Amino acid sequence: MSSRFEIDTVGSPPGAPAPGLLAPEVERDWKRLIVPPVLVFVGFIGLWYLLSWRYLPVLLGSEPGAADRLRSTLLPYPHDVVATAFLDRENLVDLLGGLWLDTRLALAGLAIAIVIGVLIAVAMSQAKWIEVSGYPYAVLLQTVPILALVPLIGLWFGFGFGARLFVVVIISLFPIITNTLFGLKSAEAGHHDLFTLHTDSRWARLLKLQLPASLPAMFTGFQISAGLSVIGAIVGDFFFGRGERGLGNLINLYVARLRPEELFGALAFSTLLGVAVFVLFGWLRVRLTAHWHDSARAP
Amino acid sequence: MDPTSQRSLHFDSVGMTFPDGTAALDGVDFVVDRGEFVTVVGPSGCGKSTLLRLASGLLEPTRGVVTVDRDWLAYVFQDATLLPWRTVARNVELPTELHGVERQERRRRAAAAVDLVGLNGFEDHHPGQLSGGMKMRVSLARALTLDPTVWLFDEPFGALDAITRQRLNGEVLDLFMARSFAGLFITHSVPEAVFLSTRVLVMSARPGRIMAEFDVPFGYPRAGDLPFSPEFTALAAAVSAALETVHE
Repeated sequence: MSSRFEIDTVGSPPGAPAPGLLAPEVERDWKRLIVPPVLVFVGFIGLWYLLSWRYLPVLLGSEPGAADRLRSTLLPYPHDVVATAFLDRENLVDLLGGLWLDTRLALAGLAIAIVIGVLIAVAMSQAKWIEVSGYPYAVLLQTVPILALVPLIGLWFGFGFGARLFVVVIISLFPIITNTLFGLKSAEAGHHDLFTLHTDSRWARLLKLQLPASLPAMFTGFQISAGLSVIGAIVGDFFFGRGERGLGNLINLYVARLRPEELFGALAFSTLLGVAVFVLFGWLRVRLTAHWHDSARAP
Repeated sequence: MDPTSQRSLHFDSVGMTFPDGTAALDGVDFVVDRGEFVTVVGPSGCGKSTLLRLASGLLEPTRGVVTVDRDWLAYVFQDATLLPWRTVARNVELPTELHGVERQERRRRAAAAVDLVGLNGFEDHHPGQLSGGMKMRVSLARALTLDPTVWLFDEPFGALDAITRQRLNGEVLDLFMARSFAGLFITHSVPEAVFLSTRVLVMSARPGRIMAEFDVPFGYPRAGDLPFSPEFTALAAAVSAALETVHE
């Protein structure tokens, strides 16, 4: 009878590496993924130089020397930004200090939002009444003008780390709730039938079916919130304007003092921080789901 | 064979009307004992899948009674329904895991089942790396781990190519001979129904009723050239004719 059980000829042989894990492919992928954005960056810097060099004089008319005087106010050359913001020791220390504060704020806030958001989504997935009664307020989190809320939060919680953390959590909670909930509901009907046949335990269904099925969507939510958490951190210190100095405080300061070189430096740092957290969660998502989920394989 | 055996399947004037008013089944009566392989053929949309969902307890009938021992039940779905994040071995372990079988015992059973369907060496693969036929083998192996006495098949190999389908049908019959379970198999292919079963039931269009019943006289094991014999052809023609009449 065992002779009947032959292996189909289709499918990869035992021991062969999973598709997409081969070295040459990875190398080609890197080139394909890295080169185009670098070209866009070079183009962007080129355009910046062009505008700063040619457009400002056009804008300001022919008054001699006007363009040179105002260039540093309106649109400084990129190398001036680098020299002033990053090569000047005092400015760099300010910026790095702000960056450090906002990194801690964003990551801590994101971690709290992930715990709370996933718990809320799980609760909503387990009981329809929780979803129906809670979801409108989750939407509210997204639509409330955070700028108006920030001063209020300051009054309630003061202007320290905790209050800024609160802003980060509020701003990054919604995408985590919606994406996780969507993921928890995305388990296939056939898989649900399979579990219904073999167990009455909601816990087993949640742990072994719904949560694993939700991972790709859940991490998409984390990724969206990763970007938002950095914005939350900077908006928080921008409006509180007291206490420890984050990038938001520095931006305020630089605007007030008409220091565009430093302002651009602060913008670059905050953007890079957002990108870094976003990339980190994208990497985690691929690490956790690449062996089974299609979206993680395609770049 | 004891006709009242707990481990067989009994439909007693079962009717099913869905909340939206669709009458899927009406007055369905039949028994499948151990050692019987019963196939249900019928036009599409006649409630064949509803029949299996009732048999498995996934649905409760609105009229009549379904009797079956649900702890010893295998349900082979139309799709393999493998969890994509689990390896072959871990997928095969799932039912025993959900039934609380102790780890070492379920490992042992899973390994034996994987061995039986000829998937040795693929234990650590994920479903995404397998062909359609191999996925269905994993699905069979998964069902085997509970050593079920009632097997339900919902057009399990319909999406596969003819050769793979034939081979897997042969494997189902091997399992049937080795374990003499009570089998209920849904299909829309008359030759497949006659080749596999001890009995063929013909269902009418919605609401589904059993309109005709044919005993299949051929013994097991069934030779691959059986479908070319005159007796087989005659029986298949009779089943087809019955199917034609209910279709009208």
